[in-house]
Amino acid sequence: MNPVIVNDIHKHYGDVQALRGVSFEAGRGEIFGIIGPDGAGKTSLFRIMTTLILPDSGTCRVAGFDVVKEYKEIRKRVGYMPGRFSLYQDMSVEENLTFFAAVFGTTIEENYHLVADIYRQIEPFKTRRAGKLSGGMKQKLALCCALIHKPEVLFLDEPTTGVDPVSRKEFWEMLKRLKAEGITMVVSTPYMDEARLCDRIALIKDGRFLGIDKPNNITASFRTPLWAAKSQHMYHLLNDLRAYPDIDNCYVSGEYHHFTTRGEGFDTDALNRYLTSKGHAAEVKQIEATIEDCYMHLAKTASRESE
Amino acid sequence: MKEFLAFVRKEFYHILRDRRTMLILLGIPVVLIILFGFALSTEVRNVDMAILSAEPDNTVRQIAQRLDANEYFTVKEFLDSPSDIDRVMRSGEVDAVLVFEPGFSDKLFTPEGPQLQIVADASNATMAQSYMAYISAVVGQYFEEQMPEGQATGIVPNVVMLYNPQMKSSYNFVPGIMGLILMLICAMMTSIAIVREKETGTMEVLLVSPMKPIYIILSKMTPYFVLSCVNLVTILLLAIFVLRVPVHGSMAALISISLLYIFTSLALGLLISTVSDRQVIAMMVSALMLMVPTMLLSGMLFPIESLPPILKVLSNILPATWYISAARKLMIAGLPAVSALKETLVLAGMAVFLLTVSMKKFKNRLE
Repeated sequence: MNPVIVNDIHKHYGDVQALRGVSFEAGRGEIFGIIGPDGAGKTSLFRIMTTLILPDSGTCRVAGFDVVKEYKEIRKRVGYMPGRFSLYQDMSVEENLTFFAAVFGTTIEENYHLVADIYRQIEPFKTRRAGKLSGGMKQKLALCCALIHKPEVLFLDEPTTGVDPVSRKEFWEMLKRLKAEGITMVVSTPYMDEARLCDRIALIKDGRFLGIDKPNNITASFRTPLWAAKSQHMYHLLNDLRAYPDIDNCYVSGEYHHFTTRGEGFDTDALNRYLTSKGHAAEVKQIEATIEDCYMHLAKTASRESE
Repeated sequence: MKEFLAFVRKEFYHILRDRRTMLILLGIPVVLIILFGFALSTEVRNVDMAILSAEPDNTVRQIAQRLDANEYFTVKEFLDSPSDIDRVMRSGEVDAVLVFEPGFSDKLFTPEGPQLQIVADASNATMAQSYMAYISAVVGQYFEEQMPEGQATGIVPNVVMLYNPQMKSSYNFVPGIMGLILMLICAMMTSIAIVREKETGTMEVLLVSPMKPIYIILSKMTPYFVLSCVNLVTILLLAIFVLRVPVHGSMAALISISLLYIFTSLALGLLISTVSDRQVIAMMVSALMLMVPTMLLSGMLFPIESLPPILKVLSNILPATWYISAARKLMIAGLPAVSALKETLVLAGMAVFLLTVSMKKFKNRLE
């Protein structure tokens, strides 16, 4: 049986529907990514999986136990790193780790091999108060604390938000090593570029999964031609592109605007002439789809279907 | 057990590293005791008096001397006519005038006795009442000593101040302050400590661990229990050696009921923490629902007997009411420990009730 089985979970807060029927399974030693913007329902899903809140309907089993009835068993077997930094800021690095080891009935020595790679990086600062660490250091310490009892499943809610690019890269390398230990990981992130580092990903929007697959399969399934454009007036360019009849979906993506087109045989020369007449010195090129493009495309399709 | 100890150690780190809060926690009792003991007293001191008598004979003079010799009174002047009373009272020269009727001394041995009037500035009613009582006491004592046995005329009531013959207000305040401080520290600090974990998000991590909620709760209570014991010792030492409040009853009984009261307050703090999810709310609830009623309704400042019926009911559900009453019996009145049995039972009942309710209400999840 898979360590994480989520089946048709619904959850609402007052009038707000946070999750509208979410299902997935994550296998042993798999890094399962949940990708989506803020407010898409990621944290609610994590809190249901970690037994912190109850779903309105649907079932969820973690490490073989039901999140509602057998929550105590789950709490012994999982590691959880919440979205915001949740360690004791007035305690030192070492004190935090010792405390969390004790809470789980273990010691640092017992599972040192699990956290060794990560802990070695923060060990030089072990007497420093956790509140005085840099963002990347904090996340590494939080990961150590979540790992110290050798959990079967690790839940990481936006572990790299607010962390510099170098630390983010290091963080993902650590997750890769934990995978070799057979630990199942469910990771959420708003960064689309991190999606490629997961074994499988689910794209989430407004409490619904838009698709679940390996990152490569998701980008490969993007069949519509995709274009990128930029000019000296990016804001006007966005409006002008959206006004152009053959352009279907146009959105901002980094320094370019990406867009898909309607029908076969898109005439780039005609577009260039149109943009020049609008006063743009535009650069237009065809590109390969990224996860972000797939997300935008699927989100657009989903909202059209619901209308 | 190891988990529990690690948790308690963690709580001590939090308290010891927050220097400012700790200073307040340990400083409050000292400041309050000294404030109430010396500065904020309802004792009457430096009362300026005038004596009005048509014929200031020996008796009048002796009474005036008695009053002047008393540390609370100063006899400023002798007046001749009743019209002077208004003048000296209005100008604020004196706070009270003792009026002897004409022929006072002669009437002493008549069946109806002479009349003695005390005119007092009642703009501060409490003050006026207490120095009127003092004056009567001083005059009463004079007659008791001067008049031959059986000839006392009964003009002055014979007032006996039991337990606190000097009417020292510190006798009254010390048990009250103990009730207030222990309640404040235990209830407010425990509730804030638990709510802080919710606010910073660490509660989320603690809940997703095998740690039993009862351990979380007990380990939160332990350090504040210790801290409150330190405060209890401070207050008792200050009361006994600085304010010279005697402990007439059994010290062991007093300490036992104080520990019970501390425990009840901790349980109350726990209950507050289960209903609030922000430190500010926990603080407001503790301040408004505990501190104010404790000060006003527990008998600390105002006697419970003079409260309207509805407030009397409220007063009865305050743990401080029972504790203060027990502490007064044991400290000031020096009654045997058995006399505080009712208070002990009530406090124990409250502790069990509060603890059960807050255990039930303690959330295993975030919502």
